[in-house]
Amino acid sequence: MAKLAPGRPAAGAAAIAPARPSLNHRLYDTARYLGRSWELYAFILPAVVHIFLFKYLPIYGLSIAFTDGFSMRTGRSAPAWNGFAHFLRFFDSAFFVPVIRNTVVIALYSLATWPIPLALALMMNEVRNRHFKKSVQMATYAPYFISTVVVVSMLRVFLSPRIGVVNSFIKLFGGEAVFFMGSPAWGPTLYVISELWQNAGFGAIIYLAALSAVDPQLREAAFCDGAHKLRIIWHVDLPSIMPTIVILFIMRLGQLLTIGFEKVLLMQNDLNITTMNVVSTYVYRAGIQQAQYDYATAVGLLETAANFALLVIANRLARQFGQTSLW
Amino acid sequence: MVDFRSRADRAADGVNVAVLSVILVLTVYPMYFVVIASISEPTLVSAGHVYLWPRRLNVEGYSYIFRTRNILEGYRNSILYAVGQTVVSLALTIPAAYALSRRDLRARGLIMFYFVFTLYFTGGIIPFYVVVRRLGLNDSAWSLILPNAVNVFNLIVARTFFQSNVPDELLESAQIDGCSNSRFFANVALPLGQAIVAIIVLFNVVQNWNAFFHALLFINDSSKYPLQLVLRRLLILNELLTGGEGLESYSPAEIQRRQVLSDLLRYGIIVVAIAPLLILYPFIQRHFVKGIMVGSIKG
Repeated sequence: MAKLAPGRPAAGAAAIAPARPSLNHRLYDTARYLGRSWELYAFILPAVVHIFLFKYLPIYGLSIAFTDGFSMRTGRSAPAWNGFAHFLRFFDSAFFVPVIRNTVVIALYSLATWPIPLALALMMNEVRNRHFKKSVQMATYAPYFISTVVVVSMLRVFLSPRIGVVNSFIKLFGGEAVFFMGSPAWGPTLYVISELWQNAGFGAIIYLAALSAVDPQLREAAFCDGAHKLRIIWHVDLPSIMPTIVILFIMRLGQLLTIGFEKVLLMQNDLNITTMNVVSTYVYRAGIQQAQYDYATAVGLLETAANFALLVIANRLARQFGQTSLW
Repeated sequence: MVDFRSRADRAADGVNVAVLSVILVLTVYPMYFVVIASISEPTLVSAGHVYLWPRRLNVEGYSYIFRTRNILEGYRNSILYAVGQTVVSLALTIPAAYALSRRDLRARGLIMFYFVFTLYFTGGIIPFYVVVRRLGLNDSAWSLILPNAVNVFNLIVARTFFQSNVPDELLESAQIDGCSNSRFFANVALPLGQAIVAIIVLFNVVQNWNAFFHALLFINDSSKYPLQLVLRRLLILNELLTGGEGLESYSPAEIQRRQVLSDLLRYGIIVVAIAPLLILYPFIQRHFVKGIMVGSIKG
């Protein structure tokens, strides 16, 4: 039988002999397969080891959240079991409420701007002049490649009350200079605006690709029936790309609480910390700067768990409403 | 060409182009401003007299930047890390991606799950930090080269590419001729996958050039700082102004002198930092778009 179907034993064997192949036979078959294909597994092995070291070991490392007195030098904790003490400590700490509030505010604020790349794509899709369309695309896409450090530096330079171009505009029109970077009220807004500046064009690309696949005959038919631009967008374009929109929205929901940690960290200073201290930056300070590894791991675990729960919920929603899902 | 558009549609098109033009200007202006400010007289920039074009050309800033040891070292380190990381990443990612693209690979679903799971659930910063430190990579180039070497998203992109670009018939005929899997990979699949190798290289180079957080975590020795960390010190922690020490130790005249110097330099430093990627931009953006399209196919 092995001779008849060497590559695909299950299908071939089942078709010819309905009886279950014996254990001996299956071992023989597997050995033959490995003899032929071991190189493929050798190709994968280094990546598997790498993922084990740098992804699965940290997942295992989450267990230090339930211990106390973790020492970096020995890699061990003094009481190996500390229960949920660190979690309770976080709930009781003065940071708990502000940190959660800041995270939720920035997360929802960012989510509110979610339709903007879609709108940008729909607008670009309507442009008749190819060169103009291309220029807008190239220009809005470019900031994506600028690093977070540079973006925050640019914010600082542009918004500086002393030398910033924004404030010189304000002063030009008779206003008072504003110290944006030191203002708790402006923090989240600056974060969201700079994210948009950097990512809106990039986000529009996937929608544009989806839009280019919309059947032009549908648009023409709607046009002949007297539909104007907005109606065509509403009744033809949007329904056609709905699966793309749904899946991207779900992915976005799954990352709702994942705030651009690096940018927030770089934007923070003593003046705006009251609105800019989010869970991830709090974890960084407690864990890395103050070396409270076990405590910070516990707080980080809460965030990971919340993110994972969101992703699972979002995926379930997608399956229900969009007939599409991540897994 | 006859314009069939109704009056309302023509108006809508007009508004559309106008709004997009505003967006275009808002996006480009910050980058443009940095460039013109970097070659203008700093006192004019600070006083807000530079808006549309450079005034009183002044390139002193650049000559100073190219003599500053920190920045040159940062540049060198960043190039080193980017090249090293990219090479390791290719060596780990491309063969694995090819093997995972093979439909006859047994336990393929299981292995894919092993990889994809890490996209959705991670240990978070602190356990990651502990693992890298415990592996003894702290303060060495390896702490920036190894931990990100396998990017699961890139792995999926490459796998999808091989799956749709290496025809099964080629493999079958090669196998009939007795060709081994490694030979098939080296002589057939890899040449067919050149485009995906280029895309992965670009993903890695861009990501490395812009990364700063891992260096912040693991690199203590400032002579090993990548460029982004040097920039952070100079531009965000304001060490251009303070030279790393408190301002109290300087006389008012010295503070004044340093202020002018720092105003002169900050725009130039930003330009120097983003120049390499902006020069490569036309090339990068085409490949990035392609890569994202390949990656967005669910397979």
